[in-house]
Amino acid sequence: MAEQTQKEYTNQGNKDTRSGFGEALFELGKMNPDVVALCADLTGSLKMNAFAEAFPERFFQTGIAEANMMGIAAGLATGGKIPFTGTFANFSTGRVFDQIRQSVAYSNKNVKICASHAGLTLGEDGASHQIMEDIGLMKMLPNMVVINTCDFNQTKAATKAVAGHVGPVYLRFGRPKVPNFTPVDQEFVIGEAVKLTDGNDVSIFCTGHLVWKALEAGKLLKQKGISADIINIHTIKPLDRDAVMQSIMKTRCAVTAEEHQIFGGMGETIAGFLARNFPTPIEMVGMNDMFGESGKPEELLEKYGMSTQHIVNAAELVLARKQF
Amino acid sequence: MKESTNHTMTIKELTDLATQVRRDILRMIHAVQSGHPGGSLGCADVVVALYNAVMTHDPENFTMEGNGQDVFILSNGHLSALLYSVLARSGYFPLEELKTFRRLNSRLQGHPATQEGLPGIRIATGSLGQGLSAGIGMALSKKLSGDDKLVYVLTGDGELEEGQMWEAIMYASAKKVDNLIAIVDYNGKQIDGPVDEVLSLGNLKARWEAFGWLVLEMNGNDMNDVVTVLNTAKHHTKKHQPVVVIMKTEMGAGVDFMTGTHKWHGVAPNDEQLKRALDQLPETLGDF
Repeated sequence: MAEQTQKEYTNQGNKDTRSGFGEALFELGKMNPDVVALCADLTGSLKMNAFAEAFPERFFQTGIAEANMMGIAAGLATGGKIPFTGTFANFSTGRVFDQIRQSVAYSNKNVKICASHAGLTLGEDGASHQIMEDIGLMKMLPNMVVINTCDFNQTKAATKAVAGHVGPVYLRFGRPKVPNFTPVDQEFVIGEAVKLTDGNDVSIFCTGHLVWKALEAGKLLKQKGISADIINIHTIKPLDRDAVMQSIMKTRCAVTAEEHQIFGGMGETIAGFLARNFPTPIEMVGMNDMFGESGKPEELLEKYGMSTQHIVNAAELVLARKQF
Repeated sequence: MKESTNHTMTIKELTDLATQVRRDILRMIHAVQSGHPGGSLGCADVVVALYNAVMTHDPENFTMEGNGQDVFILSNGHLSALLYSVLARSGYFPLEELKTFRRLNSRLQGHPATQEGLPGIRIATGSLGQGLSAGIGMALSKKLSGDDKLVYVLTGDGELEEGQMWEAIMYASAKKVDNLIAIVDYNGKQIDGPVDEVLSLGNLKARWEAFGWLVLEMNGNDMNDVVTVLNTAKHHTKKHQPVVVIMKTEMGAGVDFMTGTHKWHGVAPNDEQLKRALDQLPETLGDF
């Protein structure tokens, strides 16, 4: 487990995670001639313009045809290229699950499936586009690495890191501008969770946009005299089991927080691991088997139970269940 | 390196090889009582021709990337017995290994797969409609790498009912992927019956043409025609347009009681049927 513990996390200014992806992709393009990119008519939304303009021969606009895009990516990877596909999370996973399963995951192709607009915070477009099932779909696939980044800096670091990993990766990020608080010079290690605050009472395992919410929840809990061990599970698969176990041995209870269905999410991965190794009381913050709706990101997180306050409540609930 | 240009098998030799491959297919499927004889028999001639008279490839030095070699994708992966027989008889792996087809711990999976590391397989297929997209990706990779070799993709006709096929067909012509040759096994039959009844493909030639491809037609069960048309197809590559060969075949070709019906799509012959079938296919090169 990496340590980035600080007394106070500072928001360096709100930025969207997808812009971190776009910047890193452009830098990768400059560094590695084998890096290629594909997009299904969402170049601007994915912030892939810089790459597309600088490396037109290595950028493949597939049109609104995601199944074909995944297949072409698998073929490019077969030829030794390092393809990054870009579209919304919904169209990156659910729409093309079988293409990913056979042509990418089963064939073990070096394809980086990069997905923006994941989760509820896509906002006004509504539930048709707010995929809350993508982590589950991707984590079930053998060979697939699943990453959900929390801010601009981390998305940028993760994008560069996945280029160096040989094998399929699902890299999930979002649409809105959110606090950018992780170090600009961070080293992103796939599969290595990041400790954000040190505490003894409750572990909070968080991922994606809810990492910042967890930090805010940690402050509120501190005011109540509760110290939280907050850990950013940016890589959901493979799970950093040592980090989870290390934290749980101290706290003996956990909250998981993610912008995803509880069924099939990061929380279930952690719960499954703990159930097999060290049964522990857990409360899960996430989408409770429902579809979302149109609204502003913050309103949606509030309505569907993924706000800062919901994390605080979950921590108090699980503390009450703690046996010793 | 097998060079089509300097390695010329006669039509008779190719036909004899195809006959032996048909024996392999039937014996493999019979042995495990599982597999897809109909399409495999129908496409035996074209796959034999590709690997022995058309493609430039190097069985002894198989690489996943296939740089400097022509590559082949079996999009209709259920024709796996055919592909395995041709690969083995081309020297990709020992002939003996055909005995392991569809059995536990084999590299010869029910449908072609990369997981077990079988030389000659570059991508998993079986779930239909995906091979042409992968072929486009391999063709684009070759262009980026300055590799002048070609990509061949074989698809079924029923497979053209998959939407992804038409995404790929549209892409290849729009983006001028001209180092790619698609071959459609137009046998007119699929699991539930005649393609015309299940979901008609209409005027298939006109559809490919409307999508911007150069369309050639051939009799896929006439070795002379197969070799001639495939070589013609090669000459039409690198001209800013993808090439498709609509290939008429007979499902079950080579075995009289397996032709004229869709019933042998995915059924294994029993002992008596195998004997009747093999009686029609002389052992030309020695059984595995």
